[in-house]
Amino acid sequence: MGILLWLAFTTPTRAEWTVNMAPGATDVSHAVFDLHMTIFWICAVIGVLVFGVMFWSMLVHRRSTGQEAAHFHESTTVEILWTAVPFIILVLMAIPATKTLIDIYDPSESELDVQITGYQWKWHYKYLGQDVEFFSNLATPREQIDNRAPKGEHYLLEVDEPLVVPVGTKVRFLITAADVIHSWWVPSLAVKKDAIPGFVNEAWTRIDKPGIYRGQCTELCGKDHGFMPVVVEAKSKEDFTAWLAERKQAAAAERELTSKEWSMEELMARGEKAYNTTCAACHQPDGTGLPPMFPALKGSPIATGPVQGHIDIVVNGKPGTAMAAFGKQLSEVDLAAIITYERNAFGNKVGDMVTPKDILAFKQAQE
Amino acid sequence: MSAVIDHGHAGHDHHGPAKGLMRWVLTTNHKDIGTMYLWFSFAMFLLGGSMAMVIRAELFQPGLQIVQPEFFNQMTTMHGLIMVFGAVMPAFVGLANWMIPLMIGAPDMALPRMNNFSFWLLPAAFTLLVSTLFMEGGGPNFGWTFYAPLSTTYAPESVTFFIFAIHLMGISSIMGAINVIATILNLRAPGMTLMKMPLFAWTWLITAFLLIAVMPVLAGCVTMMLMDVHFGTSFFNAAGGGDPVLFQHVFWFFGHPEVYIMILPAFGAISSIIPAFSRKPLFGYTSMVYATASIAFLSFIVWAHHMFTVGIPITGELFFMYATMLIAVPTGVKVFNWVTTMWRGSLTFEAPMLFAVAFVILFTIGGFSGLMLAIAPADFQYHDTYFVVAHFHYVLVPGAIFGIFASAYYWLPKWTGHMYDETLARLHFWMSFIGMNLAFFPMHFLGLAGMPRRIPDYNLQFADFNMVSSIGAFTFGVTQLLFLFIVIKCIRGGKPAPAKPWDGADGLEWTVPSPAPYHTFSTPPEVK
Repeated sequence: MGILLWLAFTTPTRAEWTVNMAPGATDVSHAVFDLHMTIFWICAVIGVLVFGVMFWSMLVHRRSTGQEAAHFHESTTVEILWTAVPFIILVLMAIPATKTLIDIYDPSESELDVQITGYQWKWHYKYLGQDVEFFSNLATPREQIDNRAPKGEHYLLEVDEPLVVPVGTKVRFLITAADVIHSWWVPSLAVKKDAIPGFVNEAWTRIDKPGIYRGQCTELCGKDHGFMPVVVEAKSKEDFTAWLAERKQAAAAERELTSKEWSMEELMARGEKAYNTTCAACHQPDGTGLPPMFPALKGSPIATGPVQGHIDIVVNGKPGTAMAAFGKQLSEVDLAAIITYERNAFGNKVGDMVTPKDILAFKQAQE
Repeated sequence: MSAVIDHGHAGHDHHGPAKGLMRWVLTTNHKDIGTMYLWFSFAMFLLGGSMAMVIRAELFQPGLQIVQPEFFNQMTTMHGLIMVFGAVMPAFVGLANWMIPLMIGAPDMALPRMNNFSFWLLPAAFTLLVSTLFMEGGGPNFGWTFYAPLSTTYAPESVTFFIFAIHLMGISSIMGAINVIATILNLRAPGMTLMKMPLFAWTWLITAFLLIAVMPVLAGCVTMMLMDVHFGTSFFNAAGGGDPVLFQHVFWFFGHPEVYIMILPAFGAISSIIPAFSRKPLFGYTSMVYATASIAFLSFIVWAHHMFTVGIPITGELFFMYATMLIAVPTGVKVFNWVTTMWRGSLTFEAPMLFAVAFVILFTIGGFSGLMLAIAPADFQYHDTYFVVAHFHYVLVPGAIFGIFASAYYWLPKWTGHMYDETLARLHFWMSFIGMNLAFFPMHFLGLAGMPRRIPDYNLQFADFNMVSSIGAFTFGVTQLLFLFIVIKCIRGGKPAPAKPWDGADGLEWTVPSPAPYHTFSTPPEVK
């Protein structure tokens, strides 16, 4: 097995047959990679020695070769020796491991803080003190997942809005969750931290080179656990500053939309898009849901009943169920569009229209 | 008058098994109960295995083909629960029931009626658990580790049945453990001192203490879940002042000793089998006992190595890293002792020995990946990836399961009175060995390349190794039907087995005829 391992790690292989961890893109990820290789080689050498003795025994000390069994069965010296030697090897392993761990727990100040919140099944990024925040959803089309279209190179590892960070900057992540436990992992950064509802975990990175780094949620978080990738785009400091300014402007423009006069068609069009991004994972694109966990919206008493009840459940959620409170997650425009869409799609024909102003009024009445 | 009573007693002492179904329902005989445990665990092994086949079929290619994610999650959850609580643990209890009284010269287990009850709780528990798959909303879908709040606030309604099933399994395990301890401490034959016991009895004694220590913790854990789900408490709900991480601490305080519960009895059986086929006494008996006890002790102080990424302070990370690394020392001692037992022996490779040797090699590989996982900074990369899946399948399949196969072939002649078919058994070994390595070795690569565990679909870069892995898994799965055939064939006939079919074997179980009579050691043997 040792030889097999050795072959596996030294034979040049095609990319698809990747057998080892990648060294990654940060000092920390390089340190972790080196540590991984050190421990691996120590294990490999011990393995070759132990299995070597075993295979020698299996080949030579066979009854079929006329071997007579010896009778020795204890030796305190040997027992002490093979207790002490592994212990010393372990101490030697623990030294670099401790050093790397202390580096990872570096408490020095960061230059940029991003709050990361895990939701079923998407990530939310908020640049603290910058007034920029957005959701990051899976961008792989449903047709590819259902094998109705060829799969792209970044199948399941692509999002609509990646987390953008500057290179050469210490970026601190404040990681939490809104519903169940998730875990935010980007292998190239060697950052993996659980996102736990009600608690905030800290992690940080300093990326050397611009590029796109991909990862996934690594804590089982329900149905679409496999469909909430993490994508980090590292830009040069100048590009990052420009990007941030652009995002701030876009956020301001978005807020202005609330006071705009909306037509039914505009709301339905926007609603369909927003519904498919935010709601369709549970309630399904055709509104039939996945009962009983995720009820159908098609013909449902709430989606076809009084509008206030419908706004209430979307804004405030339903405690004790998987229905989250979307009031703070989505803009007034998207909330209005989604509710309008749900009341007038999938064969629901209520015919009424909810405007962003209605949502604003509802929220203000709550306060 | 007294003569009549004496006559009645004599008749009672020598009766054979009752006839028909009621023999099995009402039996208090350790051999009958051991047999039932073994058959039950094999049935669960096939059930949990078919769920693994569903998982591997879905993962055969990227994209969703066979099942949807919500059902996939139920399969991974039920596969884990059934294999841990339904297949591995009952198999070892079955072996303990059959062999411990025979090994220590006892007439039966110390508490035979409780023995019957602890078995019959299991079919009830698993009927309850499996029935959730047919309920509205489906069965448990939150992983066998059932982390809150996914398993509480966000769980399907069937979670209550799951909790009750876990309670029943826990009660069954605790009663089984009490029985093993009472038997070993009270019913040893005269002259059978503790340090003369076969290692299987020793490892089971230690396992039983682990069970008594941690099954109540699991019961407490699921009870807190029950309270959170139905009675408005907030043990694991941050919004109510609770802590989801508390769940993980409690669960893994049970969970880590649990993994040793699943491997220590195999250590014991292997420690009988390797000397038998090396025709040489076990090397370092005393150090084996101390190593087992050390592993058991360490298993209580390493639980947070399953939680390196939940955000524990650096001192905590360091403590749990060092403590976990320490486990390598006693485990190493055991491996070195087995290898030295083989050294300069006179080896033959019948099926029990093949499984035993594969056990030592493959379990050691699982041990190496365990040591790698213990290194906290490296674990940040390995945690919850397929590397972990590879690791624990390497310790559980060639560890626990191969240990059980080795034991089954070793003692089948004693149980049935016939020799099993050696050719077929070797075929079973080689197919299992190849299938298992093909299934689980590539998982190391997948994990290192970045594939998270418990996902129903994956990026194209993981496609090739997943296909290899699925082919290996199907091979391993189908091969187990061959095992069923071999066992049935052995029960129905075959070369009659002598009292001691293995010339190098040692122990009291080989002093009684094969098949072992319904009642053995009614008069205790004398051990010198």
